Amino acid sequence: MNWIPYIAGAGIGVLSWFAFLVSNKAIGCSTAYTRTFGMLESLISGNHVEENPYYQKFKPEIDWEWMLVLGIFFGSFATAIITGGFALSWVPGLFEEKFGYDPILRLIFALVGGILMGIGSRWAGGCTSGHGISGTLQLAVSGWIAVIVFFISGITAAMLLYGVIW
Amino acid sequence: MIFSELHENKKAQLIIGFFIGMAFGSLLFIGGVTKYDVIIGQLLLTDFTVIKIMLTAVVVGMIGVYAMKSKGVVELHPKPGSFGSTVLGGIIFGAGFAVLGYCPGTVAGAVGGGSLDALFGGVFGILIGAGIFAWIYPSIYEKILARGEFKTETIPEALHLNSRIVVIVFLVFILSVLAGLEYFGL
Repeated sequence: MNWIPYIAGAGIGVLSWFAFLVSNKAIGCSTAYTRTFGMLESLISGNHVEENPYYQKFKPEIDWEWMLVLGIFFGSFATAIITGGFALSWVPGLFEEKFGYDPILRLIFALVGGILMGIGSRWAGGCTSGHGISGTLQLAVSGWIAVIVFFISGITAAMLLYGVIW
Repeated sequence: MIFSELHENKKAQLIIGFFIGMAFGSLLFIGGVTKYDVIIGQLLLTDFTVIKIMLTAVVVGMIGVYAMKSKGVVELHPKPGSFGSTVLGGIIFGAGFAVLGYCPGTVAGAVGGGSLDALFGGVFGILIGAGIFAWIYPSIYEKILARGEFKTETIPEALHLNSRIVVIVFLVFILSVLAGLEYFGL
């Protein structure tokens, strides 16, 4: 039995206690992207951004969740370096097996997937962490429905893409 | 709440957010979910790492958060939802999940691990997508997002049950699923 997923999962569960206790927050990641885009947009178009009702709800500023996402990058980077698992790569193994070693094709996929994910996570009001972990552990109706739909849609799309079905 | 003063300290909160993020990123990397192959493996049902990590986090998180809530130490933050928002958004999210192979949290961890596709495709893509959503939000709010709002925020409220009972039922259910995955060697 491989204990690593259970240890990592339990650690994330404990982190969620700290988030609730010390910060009065649930862990989530996707609003940080909206805020970042808003900050970039306001650099270009000035105060125009503030007129958008979505940015009134999620102000284009650096907040707790934004720092959390930044922390994920540094935490993963430090762990990768320490464990010797850091490796620069353009094309992941499974992608290469199916579509060949083509960095440009992989970037197009990643960009299109990222755009869908950016729209979808904000449309659904959360992502795999905000709904999938924080929402479900709070027994939120929205969290359980979201995570079930994420996986049904994700499994269907992946199986179509990889030719498992059809 | 005992940490009310700390909750109001904005600078301290930014630092705390960063350190919780560091620990989160480290755990995501150790767990393997910063890797495209592991996430796609889950969606192709050949690798169950993602589900194991998520369900274990939910078990541990739920016990602690509901125990602290019953002592009045923390308050819950369930998100509202609707069919137009949660379900339609979830379908779009799932498609993105399969095409990108990372999610908004793990993509940052993947960049930390050296995945350049996660940086130049994933992060930029999610930023653009989040921007597009902010742009279309005013025009889809009433017509789509607000349709079919969920009447209650939490499952215990929806079922008119004591939250302790619902927590126990969910814990038994999740632990059975995990035991089943191990039993079948998945």
